[in-house]
Parts: sequence; structure tokens; C-alpha cells
Amino acid sequence: MAIKAHIMDEEGIRRCLRRIAHEILERNRGVENLGLVGIRTRGVPLAERLARNIEEIEGKPVLAGTLDITLYRDDLTMVAPQPLVRKTEIPFDVTDRRLVLVDDVLYTGRTVRAALDALMDLGRPQSIQLAVLVDRGHRELPIRADYVGKNVPTSHREDVQVFLLEVDGEDKVLITEQV
Amino acid sequence: MSWTRKHLLGLQDLSRDEIQLILDTAEPCKEIFTRPIKKLPTLRGRVMVNLFYEPSTRTRTSFELAGKWMSVDVINISTNLSSVAKGESLKDTAKTIEALGADFVVIRHYAAGSAKLLAETVQVSVINAGDGAHEHPTQALLDLFTIRDKKGSIEGLHVAIVGDILHSRVARSNIWGLTKMGAKVTVIGPPTLIPQEIEQMGAEVSYDLDEVIPHVDVINMLRIQKERQVAGLFPSLREYSVLYGLNRRRLDQARDDVLVIHPGPTNLGVEITSEVAEDPRASIDEQVTNGVAVRMAVLYLLSGGKDIP
Repeated sequence: MAIKAHIMDEEGIRRCLRRIAHEILERNRGVENLGLVGIRTRGVPLAERLARNIEEIEGKPVLAGTLDITLYRDDLTMVAPQPLVRKTEIPFDVTDRRLVLVDDVLYTGRTVRAALDALMDLGRPQSIQLAVLVDRGHRELPIRADYVGKNVPTSHREDVQVFLLEVDGEDKVLITEQV
Repeated sequence: MSWTRKHLLGLQDLSRDEIQLILDTAEPCKEIFTRPIKKLPTLRGRVMVNLFYEPSTRTRTSFELAGKWMSVDVINISTNLSSVAKGESLKDTAKTIEALGADFVVIRHYAAGSAKLLAETVQVSVINAGDGAHEHPTQALLDLFTIRDKKGSIEGLHVAIVGDILHSRVARSNIWGLTKMGAKVTVIGPPTLIPQEIEQMGAEVSYDLDEVIPHVDVINMLRIQKERQVAGLFPSLREYSVLYGLNRRRLDQARDDVLVIHPGPTNLGVEITSEVAEDPRASIDEQVTNGVAVRMAVLYLLSGGKDIP
């Protein structure tokens, strides 16, 4: 694995999330009826950071939860052994709420597809929007993000790796390539 | 730690890490009980056959529900209503199930080793739901899950298993599981109902419930299996109840935070009084709920398993 580019550092990630927090508030006209849902693993700390940003900007707290999409994956018959299942913890009723799904990288769209199915099984949200730190293209499904930190054109051979303080001990985004 | 096994035949074969993985996977599965729509798409298109040569309410319905909640198609075969009643052998029945394209077979059989025999016969994932007096792994796993849920951890706990150890596959699977997870196990019962090999499994033996009860964290009361008793192993149910039954007086000797579990169905008034079964320290109903979560976890993990033991 060779590092091809360092596309975001701590400051870059901080600014992106600040902007997205503003955009979420603008689009939804405040935090009323809003809920953030982070997709495991790295969507979770991103959702928490967005929630902190939104509270700082708006002076009101916003609800945040955690979604594990493992049991909704479409490739379980093709992977072995089975990936680890972890808890979904959404401490609010999703029905009639405006949800913002949060993930680190948007690529094929299959994770988001699984997340949408998982959320629908928990209730009937009024709407679901999507916020991602990096959109790297190559969608395989008709899915797009409503809030994007950075659009990064990539090739299939490349990989976008997001490191977050809460999970990885530091904040950065790299493009790597298999050698 | 990742799961590679294709079959679940007993806890004797499993490592501590494998048991831990099943319990950790069951944790998120339990969340489905709180949902309005109790259905996950995870195992769509898979087929599970419940093949029961002995009566069962809890285990069979629990497997059926676990399968259905994971979107598995479930077929139940009760042997008294099937070709087994015409004399079809286990192997022939198994071959038929395989030809139907089943992915899982859940087998309950009166002969020890039948699940292993089945696993060697067919290409299907085999789950042992009780084979004779040998093992009943999913029951022990749900007991472990319940203990961990209530006590936080299993390591270092002292667990009493009380009753008919001789005929009990639940006791055997529990002893394997508990000792692997770092608990101390004392089995208690009349000398005629405690087999000699039990100490070699790592359990201590006592014949005096009153002596042990103040020292334990968990009491697992086994069912007196009236259908398996041959004459003379104990004088009468009444005497058994006096010496080894869990009643209010005995429970008062136990720690305030003791956990009482029972695999069910209970013989109320024999091994446990209805008063104790309904005590807040007893988690008998929750064991049933946990059983579904544990079996969902087992189906999920086995569906990615590849090995042939």
C-alpha cells in the first residue's frame, strides 16, 4: 500500500464538518425534528462531531444515534467468514423525523443502500439526507450525497482511507494505491 | 477473531474466543425485540429444517423464530408425523433434507452423537439442539448470555448447577461453557444422579445444597427429567424436593444478588417452587428471549462457516 496523496488534515476535516453543520441547519431550518445517524465505524464519531458543531452554532442540542448495517449487507453470501455484528443504538423514534445519515466515504453506494433499509425497519422517517466526508465517485446504485466534505476523483485501484482521532488516534484522509 | 465452523455440535469443541464471539453477536440481535418490525433480511433464501426426534416447545419455537426473524424459510419435521414413523433411518431422512436444498438442520435426538453423525453425513450446516445426555449447546449459550447480561461478566463467578446431572445435556454443555469462560462450577444433586466423569470436566461436586447456596453467584436449577428416570435413582419426588428443591427458605440463604436460572420447562413444586420462579432474582422468562437472540447469532455465524470437522 503506497500513499499517493494526503488530501485532508485535522484542520481540513474540522472546517469541512463546520461547513456541513451550517448546511444541515440551513437546509432543515434549525434542529427541530432533526436526528443524526452515524454509520459504523467512522460515521459514528463524524455524526458526534457534527452534533457538537450544530449545538455550538444553534445553541440547541441535536439528537444523534449509531447504525450498524452488517445484517443488511448485500454481500453476505459472498464473504466468509461473516463480518462482526455490532449494536445499533438510536435513542429516539425515527418515525416522522428528518434524518441525516453520516458516513466517512461514499463509494459504490451499497453501504448507504443497506443503511436506508435498516432505517426503514426502525420506523418511517419523514426524510433521509446523506452527509459524507469524502465522495470518491464510482457509484453502482442511484444514490447521491446531500452534504459532501470533499469530492475526490479516484480510480478503482486506489483506496480512500479516513483516519479519525476517536478511532485511529489522528485526523487525516489519504489516498493510497495497491503496489 | 472470526468464525470458521460450519456446524455447532457442542461447547466442548469451542474455544473461549468462539463462545465470546457468539455472545457478542447475540447482543445486537437482541435489539430486534424492541422493534416494531421484527425481520432482518440477512439470511434471505436460506432454508432451515427443524428435525426433532424428541418433544420440545422452547427450543424448537426459539429456533423457528430466530430463523424467521433472519428471513430464513423454516420447515418443521416432527418425527411422529413423518416417514421416521415408518422406520426411515436418520441418514435417509438427512439425505432427503439435503436433497430439498436445506442450508441448516437443527437436530434434537435421543441418542448421544447423533448431531455429529449427521454432520458427517450431509453437506448441510448441523446445529445440535440436544443429543441424548451429551450436549445442548444453544441452551448453555443462552444461559451464558443471561449470566453475562445480569452479572456483567462470567469470569470469576461461582455457578451452582443443581439436580439431575447424570441425564442432563444442559449440565454438560454448561460446564464446558462456564469453565472455558472462567467461572467456577459446583454441581449439586443426589449421588446417584452425579456421574463420576463430571470432576474431570472441571466441576466440583457437592451433595449438600444448603452448604453451597450461600456462596454462589448463580444457581442453575435443572429439570427433573421424569421421562428419563429409571427406578431407584432417588426414593421419591417429594424427598428430592426436600433435599434439592429451590424454595423460599433456601433462596433466603443465598446472596441478595444471586441469579436463578432454569432451562425450562419447570416442574413447579419439585425442583423449584412457583414463588421462587417468579422472584425478581429469577430470569427464567428472559432466558427464553435471550435464546432467540443467541440462535440468531448462531445461524448468522454458521452461514459463513466452511469447515468440515
